[in-house]
Amino acid sequence: MQLDNATLLAAIERRFPGAILAHSEPHGMLTLETTREQIIDLLQFVKDDPEIEAIFLTSLCGMHYPDHAGKELGVVYHLHSFVQNLRFRIKIFFPVDDPHVPTATTVWPTANWMERQEYDFFGIIFTGHPDLRRILNVDDLDVFPMRKEYRLEDGTRTDKDDRFFGRKGHEGREFD
Amino acid sequence: MQVQSYFSSLDNLDGELSTLNLGPTHPATHGVFQNVLKMDGERIHSAEPTIGYIHRAFEKLAEHRPYNQITPITDRLNYCSSPINNMGWHMTVEKLIGCELPKRAQYMRVIIMELSRIADHLVCNSVIGVDTGALTGFTYMFQERELIYEMFEEVCGSRLTTNIGRIGGMERDFTPAFHAKLKAFMQGFPARFEEFNNLLERNRIFMDRCIGAGPISAERALAYGFTGPNLRATGVDYDVRVMTPYSSYEDFDFIIPVGSGQGDTYDRFMVRQEEIRQSLRIIDQACKNMPEGNYHADVPDFYLPSKPDVYTKMEALIYHFKVVMSETPIPVGEVYHCVEGGNGELGFYLISDGGRHPYRLHFRRPCFIYYQAFPEMIKGAMLSDAILAMSSMNVIAGELDA
Repeated sequence: MQLDNATLLAAIERRFPGAILAHSEPHGMLTLETTREQIIDLLQFVKDDPEIEAIFLTSLCGMHYPDHAGKELGVVYHLHSFVQNLRFRIKIFFPVDDPHVPTATTVWPTANWMERQEYDFFGIIFTGHPDLRRILNVDDLDVFPMRKEYRLEDGTRTDKDDRFFGRKGHEGREFD
Repeated sequence: MQVQSYFSSLDNLDGELSTLNLGPTHPATHGVFQNVLKMDGERIHSAEPTIGYIHRAFEKLAEHRPYNQITPITDRLNYCSSPINNMGWHMTVEKLIGCELPKRAQYMRVIIMELSRIADHLVCNSVIGVDTGALTGFTYMFQERELIYEMFEEVCGSRLTTNIGRIGGMERDFTPAFHAKLKAFMQGFPARFEEFNNLLERNRIFMDRCIGAGPISAERALAYGFTGPNLRATGVDYDVRVMTPYSSYEDFDFIIPVGSGQGDTYDRFMVRQEEIRQSLRIIDQACKNMPEGNYHADVPDFYLPSKPDVYTKMEALIYHFKVVMSETPIPVGEVYHCVEGGNGELGFYLISDGGRHPYRLHFRRPCFIYYQAFPEMIKGAMLSDAILAMSSMNVIAGELDA
């Protein structure tokens, strides 16, 4: 069976009724949103299902939206079915106060370093991860630098203020 | 098999193992890599890679830079084939803004990307030669790489970190000097390359050193997220250029070489050798079938107008200012684009909130992902095989550490 976005979505909804909170197709790539409670079952399903066979975890990355109350942090899984040549992504969101996500290392060993990286930069705690340590930053760093509240450079600089260019700055990047 | 049984009987050796720090600045590792090895004599019992020595916060930097200023960051990922990274990024932005390039510009990109793939593979394969003790091929192939860099210089003015091309096309048309250099290269290189190939391919010493060093099965490679020549060496014919063609790769006739399935150093070497020949084929076809047309798309919001126009026309001056200050409208959206880089699938996941900078930009860096299989690949091997396995995986420190 030739798999496309619609049949893939239908197959997932059949197996996990109500688990897909939102779906869209930006630039042709099916994008699903689900919950962290169901993410691992869902990943395991799309990997093992003989009609989907999304055996390849292309990338895993974190996101931070400080203004989305209760859904500040997120993780995006990019998956690829080689047999069907179909790519799609799955997103989950969760509060910054409780940044726990079950680990995907049980599904793909390659998630190991990817998750360490997102822990390092966003402080997302992947529960069940075999070796959750910082990977690119120094071990004694006490911040999570990719979160939006951490500035890139000296906060007293004003010459790069977006307001001077008639735009609102990024979320979390207010200048004082 | 022999190695595995050797270790199952020695699992309780902990007190008798010695620790060896390989790197971070060991000349044999070709970059800043540290591995803490637990050794039983000359055999590796376990390895613990430490990475991040040259981490430069690219993802954070990218959130604070306008789109056209991110290109120089991508240079510094896999710096052995910067043009592929540059163009991968340009194509990502073009996908977001919905910009279709003229065929000529796409073909020009293909030529540059394949030249850089050749340069990347030449470095990797000749370094495998060095690590097995054959320095000669390396010196000769670096001369060829120099010719490729001279061509890049002719197109964009720089050599290693190229910043080549622009969002919306190439910065200028190929000059007659470039065409002359490319023609000379295409005529002279194949023979010299085959000479290099003859030096190593069936060389008894080289084969004995490479066959069986750092093997990985196709199943494990897929589970570890391998892409590029390393994955193809295990026998999986996955190539982004064919699976999700970009920049008109569907127009070209080329084959995807795969290894014998051992996934060892020799397979990786052979796959890269054949890919160089295939790249030459692609360049040849691109040159022969180069369509007429413009070398850039008509996207004045992103593409700098020509200098004479800027000095004489008001509109061009306005656009020049807007492009330099990045005061151009960017659609809200998210896009994932990937290209076949020198060492695997190089992906860009871009989230735009309509601001001057990306809201989030994630680089899928192939060697960051596959380097984590390194300890498994060298478990039970000799120390010298570990060096060989690392250089044949084409791990580039700049890309590894972002």
